[in-house]
Formats: sequence, C-alpha cells, structure tokens
Amino acid sequence: MKTTLLLGTRKGFIAYEYRHGAWQSANLSFEGQPVSIAYADPRNGTWWAALDHGHWGVKLHRSRDRGRNWQEVAAPAYPEGAEVKDGQPASTRYIWSMAHGGIQYPSRLWAGTDPGGLFVSEDEGNSFELVTSLWDHPSRKEFWMGGGRDLPGIHSIVVDPRNENHVHIGISCAGVFETTDAGKTWNVRNHGLRANFLPDPSTDVGHDPHILVAAPGNPDHLWQQNHCGIFRSVNGARQWEDVGQPGGPAWFGFAIAVADDNPLQAWVAPANSDETRTAINGALCICRTDDGGRSWQEQRHGLPQSNCFDIVYRHALTSSGHGVAFGTTTGNLFFSPDKGEHWQVVNNYLPMIHSVQFAD
Amino acid sequence: MPTVKFTQALKRFFPGLQNMQAGGKTLAAILDEMEGHFPGIRRYLLDEQGRLRKHVNIFIDGALIKDKTHLTDPFNDNSEIYILQALSGG
Repeated sequence: MKTTLLLGTRKGFIAYEYRHGAWQSANLSFEGQPVSIAYADPRNGTWWAALDHGHWGVKLHRSRDRGRNWQEVAAPAYPEGAEVKDGQPASTRYIWSMAHGGIQYPSRLWAGTDPGGLFVSEDEGNSFELVTSLWDHPSRKEFWMGGGRDLPGIHSIVVDPRNENHVHIGISCAGVFETTDAGKTWNVRNHGLRANFLPDPSTDVGHDPHILVAAPGNPDHLWQQNHCGIFRSVNGARQWEDVGQPGGPAWFGFAIAVADDNPLQAWVAPANSDETRTAINGALCICRTDDGGRSWQEQRHGLPQSNCFDIVYRHALTSSGHGVAFGTTTGNLFFSPDKGEHWQVVNNYLPMIHSVQFAD
Repeated sequence: MPTVKFTQALKRFFPGLQNMQAGGKTLAAILDEMEGHFPGIRRYLLDEQGRLRKHVNIFIDGALIKDKTHLTDPFNDNSEIYILQALSGG
C-alpha cells in the first residue's frame, strides 16, 4: 500500500502519511480555498493542486517538495473565440481531472475541464493547450450537456500504460471517448450504456458516466459508475455491460475504484437516487465485487449506520494494495487496511472532500 | 491620474500590492497596466476572454461598473477605481 493520501477539499489541500500504523496529518496548503483535484504524478512525485477560487478563477499550482513550496503555473485557458455554444464564450470554470501522460512521454500531462475542454501539456505543466480535435468534435455543441455541473465537463482521463497515446476520457454528459493517437482523432465508446434521462436511452452521445477507471492489472477492463447504474467493459470500452445490482444498493453513486491486483474486484459507494443524493437509509455502505460485478457484498463494519447523510464524490474513493480509502461530502475520511472488510475513521471533521488519491 | 485601490484579499496572492496611480485611458488599459506592476493579476480579475470574473466587482467613484464584458465604463483623472471581491459563498 502506498503511504501518502492526498485530499482535495472545499477548504484546502491536505496530505496524510501512514506512520506507525496510523494516518497522520502531514501537510495543509491553500487553507480556505477550494481544491477541486489534489493530484500526485507518480512519475516524479510532483504534487498538483487545482484551485477553484470563488472569486479569482481557476488556478493551478505544483510542488516538487511534497507541499512545502508551491509554484503557480498558467492554468488551462480557452483560446480567444472558443465557444461552449454559439454565442457563449468558453472560459475554464473548473479543473475536474488530471492525469500524467505516461512513462514514454515524461513531459506530458492531461487536464479535463468544465466546460468540456481537454487540455494537454507537453512541457511538464508549464503550459496547456486545448485539444482542438475533441473541442471541434461534431457531437459537442449539439449533444454534450451539463451533468453534475451546469456545463459539460471531463472528469476522467485514463491512459493505457501499454500504449500511452491510447486514452479514454469520461465526459458528463456525453459519455466515453477514445483516442489511439494522443488526441488527434476520437471515437465514441458508449455501446451498451443507458441514459434513462433522455428520450432515447441508447443514444450515441449524451451519457453520464460519473467516473471512468481502468483496472491496473488489465487496462482493457474498464469500469464506470454511471448515473444509470454500474457498467463494465472487458474489451476496451467497445461494449459495456450493466453490472449494477438490481434494486441496489450497488446501483446509483458517483465513485468507483478497481483493485491493483485483480481486474474483477472493485468498490463502489452507493447513494440514494439522484433525486436525494444522500446515504441510503441514513447508513454509509461501500459495496465490493470480486467477480466482475456479478455479485456485490456490502461492507459496513466501522461505518456509521444511522443519522448519516454522507455521499462520496467521484474522485474520492481509491485503493492501493489492501488499502481502501474514501472521503465524503460531510468531511469524513475513512480507511480500510483489508480491502473494505473493516473501516477506521481517519478524521470526522474535515471540509467537504472532493478527491482522495494514494501516493508514494 | 485615477487611483486604483485593491481589496486586501488579493494581497494573499500579490504581497506587494498597493494603491496605484494609473495612466490608462480605459479600464481595460488600466488593468493591463496593473498586470505590468503585479504579473498575473489580470487573470485573477478577468477570465481568458477578457470578461470581469463573476465574483469580482469594480467600482468607479462608488458606482459599480455596468460593462463587465468590455470594460468601457468611463472615469476621469480624479477617479478612484476600487477592485473588490463580491460577497458570495461561505
């Protein structure tokens, strides 16, 4: 298990380190400022903080010394004249995802934003360029829409470690898109998904994958917690299969994590329906499957089972080895040392948690 | 020359921030001038399309500016231009 946890929260960037069998607070940066994503680049240990200032706009900072010093770099920005819709100028409203570009491309970084632009840096994040092939995709202006946020956003960037020019992205709402040439061209990969909130649930574009992840042990195994259930693909997103639990609880939610060592093992954090977005029956529950989603077991030991309103945002559930951690909307951080069999409280008094990542 | 005054909240990001006399003839030109004194501040106040950010307010002699898109509100040589954050959030 990796022994650092990075948290992006509504009131700052927070790091914990696992020492002497317990998680201990190690860093607080940007106190009071909303951090949409706290990201550690595993290639070089650089920490990234994407800030969502209420007043001053979206900012991006990096630290090469584990949060002791931070440097502001130019945040992804839309070129002059870019429009969300005709007559609606585009500006970066939120950085919703970051991903490194792989071992073969040590200077490459990806960033996904609201209102729907994917950005790439080829200079270690000193500057970012809009990926115009995706921005100009014929589906975007007509079929992409807000979901979770008012405008479309890219919350998931999945780089294939076998071929790092092969990338899947998740867009709410549009669905899953795939490139095999580092973003020059794109294919829509939504076969098998359902969009019950649209007149045509099997539409080509317009789906709402809340989060998209790949199994580290087999990148062709992709999972998504979708607005309309849980879906898995075993062929690189060419076909999606519904693996949600009819009647729940493993059905609606935002987050999903896949085990490092087993592409069939995954965790989700179920929530009540999209109408309420609260913990089911006031009780917090994580569900794990060990068989690719054919069955789900409820993991409640150590989690509050009454008077609870917590849900887990899409980037706030993660695993590393036998460790699983998640943070909630009401500022609770939980950790399991045994793949979710038992849960421990790390902190009950944090701000709303946007993202949780294990790091070295 | 008009005087530009800033909210103290911006000093967190620009520690050297202070009231400035400005020579620009338009608000947009004055903000460009401030960018020269405090590199990066323009992007804190305007988005990449040049519009005043939603939760930033600029007052000229006590009156909130009307044109947040093109920044064409007039002022005179004795004007005081206040750059403040809007009250929002929690």
